[in-house]
Amino acid sequence: MSLIDLANPTRFLALSARVLPWLAAATIILLGIGLYQSALAPDDYQQGATVKIMFIHVPNAWLSMFVWGVMSVASLGTLVWRHPLADVAAKAAAPIGASFTFLALLTGSLWGRPMWGTYWEWDARLTSVLILFLMYLGLMALWRAVEDPSRAARAAAVLTLVGALNLPIIKFSVDWWNTLHQPASVMRMGGSTLDKAFLIPLLVMAVAFTLLFVTLHLAAMRNEILRRRVRSLQMMQASRVAFSSEVGTGSRQESASKGAA
Amino acid sequence: MTMSLGPYASFIVTSYAAAGIVVALLIGWVIIDYRNQTARLRELERSGVTRRSGRSAVDTPRTTT
Repeated sequence: MSLIDLANPTRFLALSARVLPWLAAATIILLGIGLYQSALAPDDYQQGATVKIMFIHVPNAWLSMFVWGVMSVASLGTLVWRHPLADVAAKAAAPIGASFTFLALLTGSLWGRPMWGTYWEWDARLTSVLILFLMYLGLMALWRAVEDPSRAARAAAVLTLVGALNLPIIKFSVDWWNTLHQPASVMRMGGSTLDKAFLIPLLVMAVAFTLLFVTLHLAAMRNEILRRRVRSLQMMQASRVAFSSEVGTGSRQESASKGAA
Repeated sequence: MTMSLGPYASFIVTSYAAAGIVVALLIGWVIIDYRNQTARLRELERSGVTRRSGRSAVDTPRTTT
């Protein structure tokens, strides 16, 4: 099966049915390993046991931006290549991305209270991630508000690409402005500053959460394709009902006019 | 072997519990949505509305690769 074949929703459904059980199994195994390693990770000399929050906060924070990146590529697919699955992919990813962003904000806040002394600070990193979360919600509302899926797809694609400007702002906010949030310690020039005892569980959890996203995304795309089939069949049913009632009215009028003559 | 979470245990446990709840909600949403859509498609097919191709809207073809 080539990549072009996947443009066909029916073939995509067949592929997702085959792949989803394997992806789900791999996600469960990797999450299990990641959680076990996170539980066994030593306390940080400064942060103590609260460093364990990092193992779920950081993967969710990475994914909050990664999912928007996936949606941006899908939006290009909608606007430039008019790929039949592009809008399906973007729409299916939005609630998952919003959930990861919510978790990044919540766990970051729960980590901040003992470490910074506050749950929230209106600094560049926290505010830009909050804006990302609000943009996810806005996009989801847009898809629901516009009745015609193709019109909704184009509007959502433009909004997604404009919103992608926020991604470098989030990434570099800790370098450009003074913030409470620590600078990058994993993906940085010169390599990670994290000790292996923390880095390995963190990377395992990051891969596990990424697999979780891929699994949920494929399943949500499958659901979205089925939803669109339901819509098209319902429209077909409605047009049949309208046509048959028109035919019925026409024949009654014809017989009435014959009777009058 | 017991795990000691120190004086901030409630923050750590709440973080992991929240992540577990949100992930469970996501999984539940995907499963329930799939059941709803397939049920609606089957209902439409039972009422005689079928796709132009004549194929079932619910079943997926076998891949040949």
